[in-house]
Amino acid sequence: MVEQAKVSPQNRSFHQGAPTGPDARLQKSPASYILTFVILFGIWLLLSGRFDLLHLGLGLASCLLVTIFSADLLLPAPNTPRLPGLWFRFIKYIPWLLYQVLVANIHVMYLVFHPRMMDLIDPSIMEFDSRLKSDMSRVTLANSITLTPGTITVHISIYGHITFHVIDIESGKTLPWIMEARIADVFEE
Amino acid sequence: MINLIAAMFILLGLVFFTGGAVGIIRMPDFYSRLHPAGKLDTMGLLMSMIGIALYSVQGFSLGEVLTGLKIILIVVFVFITSPTATHAIVDAGVRAGLEPWTQQRRGEES
Repeated sequence: MVEQAKVSPQNRSFHQGAPTGPDARLQKSPASYILTFVILFGIWLLLSGRFDLLHLGLGLASCLLVTIFSADLLLPAPNTPRLPGLWFRFIKYIPWLLYQVLVANIHVMYLVFHPRMMDLIDPSIMEFDSRLKSDMSRVTLANSITLTPGTITVHISIYGHITFHVIDIESGKTLPWIMEARIADVFEE
Repeated sequence: MINLIAAMFILLGLVFFTGGAVGIIRMPDFYSRLHPAGKLDTMGLLMSMIGIALYSVQGFSLGEVLTGLKIILIVVFVFITSPTATHAIVDAGVRAGLEPWTQQRRGEES
């Protein structure tokens, strides 16, 4: 008991000490600070809509504080050099997603107002293995699947195994796979 | 003219909202109800927000541009949060052990 009590503080200090190796996830690059600050301050300007000295000063102070505390939350450092291209491809992805959402919405509307709806729907749970690697791309895939009506993501495991609920078999047959390929393009995986 | 287009968009949005409400009543079980509930809403919101943006942003003064950007921000946040919330509700259902309704079970019931 005594020996354990002696050892464990040492272990703890070893784990909490400065990172021994260059762990990329823990480092904060200047680029991520600047980008976080620009995004935060832009939202501040947009939401306050007043450009006198008091409001700008308050905004600057609070944005700086939040940037210092959480620059590594919004934009993890290893990704920053690739970000402009990624955002550009993501913006190109959005119109396609909106079009799919519109088509699928009309399909669900048709189902909802159809007199024999109970015969048309055939709910079931489908699954597939995604080849996406990063957390961000998986979240995008899961949210995209849920956004398009007819499919809801039920679960996504840390190995990329996706379970989703479909309202009728047709809506689940092709769309998630096309979507996965598109998202793989966006995130270059 | 612009007002007419804006009204058309808002009406279209209301049609989607109505579809969502009717869907919640007509669908057979918890999981299938979430399909119209969680997502016809997003489309209805997108359409009515386009309508409201067209109606309120008719010039390019600072105030109107800010209003338009705020409306876009509303759409962006709803498009992120709505699927996440829907997913959380489905996940709660699965964890609680609720079996999904299928055509097979319908045959057994009747």
